Amino acid sequence: MTQTHRLTDGGRIDRDRPIDFFFNGRRYSGYEGDTLASALLANGVMLVGRSFKYHRPRGITSAGTEEQNALVQLERGARTISNMLATRVPLYEGLDAASVNCWPSHNFDFMAVNSLFHRILPAGFYYKTFMWPVSAWKYYEHIIRRAAGLGRSPMEPDADTYDKMNAHADLVVVGGGPAGLTAARSAAIHGARVILVDEQTELGGQLLNERFDINGHPATDWVADIEAELMAMPNVTILKHTTAFGYYDHGFIGFLQNRSNNVAFGEDGRSRQRMWRVRAKNVLLATGSLERPLIYSDNDRPGCMLAGAVRAYVNRYGVTPGNRHVIFTNNDDAYRSALDVKAAGGDVACIVDLRTKPKGELVTQAIEAGIDVIEGSVITAVIGGKRVRAVEIMKLNEDGTGVTGTVQTITCDIVGSSGGWNPVVHLHSHSGGKNVWRDEDGVFVPGDTLQSEQVCGAAAGSFSLQAALNEGDFAGIDFASKLGLPTKKPGAVPKTSSDVAEEPWKLLWYIPTTKPAGQRGKHFIDQQNDVTVTDVQLAAREGYRSVEHAKRYTTLGMATDQGKTGNIPGHAILSAALGQTIPETGTTTFRPPYSPVTMGAIAGRYVGDFFDPVRRTPMHDCHEKAGCLWEDVGQWRRPWYYPADGESMQDTVNRECLAVRNHVGMLDATTLGKIDIQGPDAAEFLNRIYTNAWLKLAPGKCRYGLMLGEDGMIMDDGVTSCLGENHYLMTTTSGGAPRVMAWLEEWLQTEWPDLKVYLTSVTEQFATLQLAGPNARALLSEFTKDIDLDNDAFPFMSWKSGTVADIPARIYRISFTGELSYEINVPASAGLSLWTDIMIAGEKFGIEPFGTETMHVLRAEKGFIIVGQETDGTTAPGDLGMDWIVSKKKPDFIGKRSMSRPDMLRDDRKQLVGLLTSDPSEVLPEGGQIVAETQPKPPMTMIGHVTSSYYSAALEHSIALALVKGGRARMGDTVYVPIDGKTVSCEVVEPIFYDKEGNRIND
Amino acid sequence: MIDTYRLRSPLAHLGLDARARAEADISGTGVIISERPQAGLINIRGDVSDARFVTAIEKSIKLSPPTVPNTVVGKPSTTRLMWLAPDEWMVITRPSGAERALKALQKNLKIADLHSSVTDTTEARTCIRVSGPRAREVISKGCSIDLHPSAFGPGQCAQTVVSRVGVMLAQTANSKTHQPTYELYPLRSFATYLWNWLEDASAEYGVKVE
Amino acid sequence: MFLIPCPWCGEREESEFSYGHEAHIVRPEDPEKLSDAEWANYLFMRTNPKGPHLERWVHTAGCRRWFNVARNTHTNEILAVYLMGEKPPKNLAKEPVKGAKS
Ligand SMILES: [Zn+2]
Repeated sequence: MTQTHRLTDGGRIDRDRPIDFFFNGRRYSGYEGDTLASALLANGVMLVGRSFKYHRPRGITSAGTEEQNALVQLERGARTISNMLATRVPLYEGLDAASVNCWPSHNFDFMAVNSLFHRILPAGFYYKTFMWPVSAWKYYEHIIRRAAGLGRSPMEPDADTYDKMNAHADLVVVGGGPAGLTAARSAAIHGARVILVDEQTELGGQLLNERFDINGHPATDWVADIEAELMAMPNVTILKHTTAFGYYDHGFIGFLQNRSNNVAFGEDGRSRQRMWRVRAKNVLLATGSLERPLIYSDNDRPGCMLAGAVRAYVNRYGVTPGNRHVIFTNNDDAYRSALDVKAAGGDVACIVDLRTKPKGELVTQAIEAGIDVIEGSVITAVIGGKRVRAVEIMKLNEDGTGVTGTVQTITCDIVGSSGGWNPVVHLHSHSGGKNVWRDEDGVFVPGDTLQSEQVCGAAAGSFSLQAALNEGDFAGIDFASKLGLPTKKPGAVPKTSSDVAEEPWKLLWYIPTTKPAGQRGKHFIDQQNDVTVTDVQLAAREGYRSVEHAKRYTTLGMATDQGKTGNIPGHAILSAALGQTIPETGTTTFRPPYSPVTMGAIAGRYVGDFFDPVRRTPMHDCHEKAGCLWEDVGQWRRPWYYPADGESMQDTVNRECLAVRNHVGMLDATTLGKIDIQGPDAAEFLNRIYTNAWLKLAPGKCRYGLMLGEDGMIMDDGVTSCLGENHYLMTTTSGGAPRVMAWLEEWLQTEWPDLKVYLTSVTEQFATLQLAGPNARALLSEFTKDIDLDNDAFPFMSWKSGTVADIPARIYRISFTGELSYEINVPASAGLSLWTDIMIAGEKFGIEPFGTETMHVLRAEKGFIIVGQETDGTTAPGDLGMDWIVSKKKPDFIGKRSMSRPDMLRDDRKQLVGLLTSDPSEVLPEGGQIVAETQPKPPMTMIGHVTSSYYSAALEHSIALALVKGGRARMGDTVYVPIDGKTVSCEVVEPIFYDKEGNRIND
Repeated sequence: MIDTYRLRSPLAHLGLDARARAEADISGTGVIISERPQAGLINIRGDVSDARFVTAIEKSIKLSPPTVPNTVVGKPSTTRLMWLAPDEWMVITRPSGAERALKALQKNLKIADLHSSVTDTTEARTCIRVSGPRAREVISKGCSIDLHPSAFGPGQCAQTVVSRVGVMLAQTANSKTHQPTYELYPLRSFATYLWNWLEDASAEYGVKVE
Repeated sequence: MFLIPCPWCGEREESEFSYGHEAHIVRPEDPEKLSDAEWANYLFMRTNPKGPHLERWVHTAGCRRWFNVARNTHTNEILAVYLMGEKPPKNLAKEPVKGAKS
């Protein structure tokens, strides 16, 4: 296929480097330097998709990030990306793109039938129809989803990688156009650390699209020179093809960088995209402006574009978008488009200017170039469905409300319209800055800022090139002096001769036809969401008086382009319909992101194995070799159970449980939190933190403690040991360790700074090996010569230090299983070797390693609670029958006062009980709801829930713990747990099932 | 002393020694990483305005606790003292020096008879060293503090987060290359995750194990 | 993601810190003497203003010290940081951001 619309020379493309690509399955050819959009236009392809609601044919409307229609699905399979703007996709060899939102094809679209039903699809239609009655939604949803989708998500995992980078700068300059370049240069010359970021693949901004000069040479030469100068400075970072998408608190800016010209594929093992998290002391926004269209009838026909885009394609890409161009404008600037098309040898049918008797210099130039200027007129109709074939033009009446005279029909295939330019104030708005309405040209310009930020050039509403150069240069020097950098002479400000005197724009937000709005064609404000002038007028009639509400109701500006072109005209039309001024209707607050950000970039490398840190204990490798399955406990990875060949989980857990009850088992308990507490007030501190008494715990002794919040609810528990005079070691739950440490420090630092106590976390200093079972003593005695393990010398709830396998160790005789149990603490590095040795020596004692599941079963058999399982933040000690550990004598401790709140004294609080199912093999589901009486169907009054439930091999019966309202008064009662179509009946019993006398633990 | 055959560093399972031997030629490599396990890490807490506290520490390790936040005193080749908080410091010794320093500190602070604490945390962390011309970039991928030479240099340290892992971070000067060498001290349970992340983040620059 | 100037470590990202609660809520000397209503007031009632707010933060990932922050809840401007036990600065609206101790 030949490039029918490619000029023989000119543009920034490289004609020596042709590129083949595919669009909707057809092969085309373009050049290095093209975007997908410019290459399509070069090949005469204008129709690129269908609209969102009415599925009207749509064409390329712009040459940049404001594109509304040219959304493509790029590539296939795992690497497919939806909703890429063809105007922002640099062409690469083999590029494979397809239209989005076309079903079954972009040329014949089934859903275009929506267009015929326009009368039943007004603004808020989806909202009104499908949100009420709610029950109807299920009938409509699949149709709507099919019809409303934009693009497809990949079904496979993303084949590319994404990463993140943190950076800091004295000055971040957003926008590499004339203002941004002069600002970056003048700040950098003073020594400021500058990051210059631009979303395009080349620096230059709007200069790339124009035929301007700077310092007597083409402006793009000046851009190249200044880029080279900046590149040579070590204090400057230039990021091209990178979008500053959000500007947050305290100079925090997010960039999305495309690290390869091939936007669909990463290269050389590098990430495809990088998310930059930039912290800037100062920010300069030189984000330029975006052209806004005129809102005329059927302004969405393929071939209707922005006037500036027409010349961008001519000047930058060497492409004439059409065979015959009409420019429709309210300003002088659009005349440049006509002049540039003409200069490149293209055909300009005419310029339609809605102003009467325009006489600016560009107007004169156009007339001199032989271009037909039709003044005081507007386009009243566009003829053509899949492509513009002609336009109808009529005289505008004096007040702009209607048209008069005869219809003039002009053949053309491109309409380039311009309603003026909107400063890109999005980032200013993100940062908390206000935007203010400038009445004379109808634009929002940046107002007050909350941060150390300036806006200059077109983004500040200074639309001339010289103004941009001057303001940028000045801002750079200003920031340098604010940073306290020594003054230097940056040299003269660059000069341009391209600025000419221009007459004011004439604001006419709605271009009238011979009939009222909506009766002759559609005036689209937001082409991506198919919002028309009549939709906005309807919203006004239905009482939406604020622009923010009207936006949500009509979906104006809520598509992927976020209303970059449509917001202001929509705002103006709403204001007109409400009979109020634009500032009265409100200013739009833009929110991040400026343009879409891929989920991949947001996740960065935090996917797969990097998703969340995994904490490994020193014995991790042993567990892995033993073939355990893992359980995540907080960030810790703990052995869950160790299945033998062919075992089910229940088989394994039964085997592990019986090994502990009958022989000996070993558990990796390293993850328990350990806090070293030292100081003369350590005991007093523990006394205030725990519910029980601590002042008399002797060295060598251990004590269980319960920690409450000030609300009286259980927060954590664990055993604390007295290591020596004024020296304690507290253990916490595995998941609760960091929270408890922070909690203790908070009390010490904020409320009790007078207490002489120092805390140090030593969780990771030790490997903790827990031996449990009747053979634990015999096994351990093989490893220690200097610790007397005799029951009298080393009773339950005491600890001793010495050596185990010649490794210095502390052994705590505490138990969570109800068996004779020792927790051996050794330096972490020695844990693995000791574990291995004990496993070998333990063989003759019948040792089995056991995991968290078995630990849970064993402790549930004993009725020991787990904080976070039997408790949920609304559980007090009394609810668990743990009044025995709450001191009545202590005058105060954290949570004490709350224990006497009326709510805590209610006798229908949920209380911990045991449940035994009538069928011993039936294991209740944890979380199962408990009822006192069953009804044929819900609702039934729930009186509690199951907190823990297991099959107990030792008892050959399922067991469960539950919180039940007034549970202690229900002992012996039958309650019911309805699950999955059946009802399980259970007897309420004491929450302890095994060795109720506690003989084994003390043995 | 524990028999050395029993000691296993947090990253031993990665076989780093063998890799270091295989990757001995590090010329042209962007990032060089290594594990330096078993440095002595002794946590001290006390009141720096109490001269007895300072004297006891000086007597024990010949360094006085720095009072400027996030600074380190001493030499990496012998013993350093790192600021952790206004009343908290970390003594970092060579592996062979840990026991002696711990005993001296315990003894001298006990004699001084004041409210203080000395806690051995040698086993709790390991040290991952990152050097090479692209070291700063790699760490910056996962660390939000400014590591530019104008903001962070030799003698400075920080407790911060690198790729979701809390670390003590210190920079030492490399007198030969004038390029920074960073030391990251994660808790040992996090070391594997952090190491794997560092290797992944370094891949595009070329990475070798030292 | 704002910056908080830790009185010790200087400016660090918000994610390095944890929020405690409103500052200067002192635990009653003798809770047992309080009525249920008074105790509930201490436990649950907070001011939640739009504008300057005195609050308590801890530098979790850094020096683990608790300190006070005066923050404008509307703009996230940090008006002041000050140590535990210190009084809040007067005229908060005009107070410039205080940097780190060094
Ligand atoms: Zn701090």
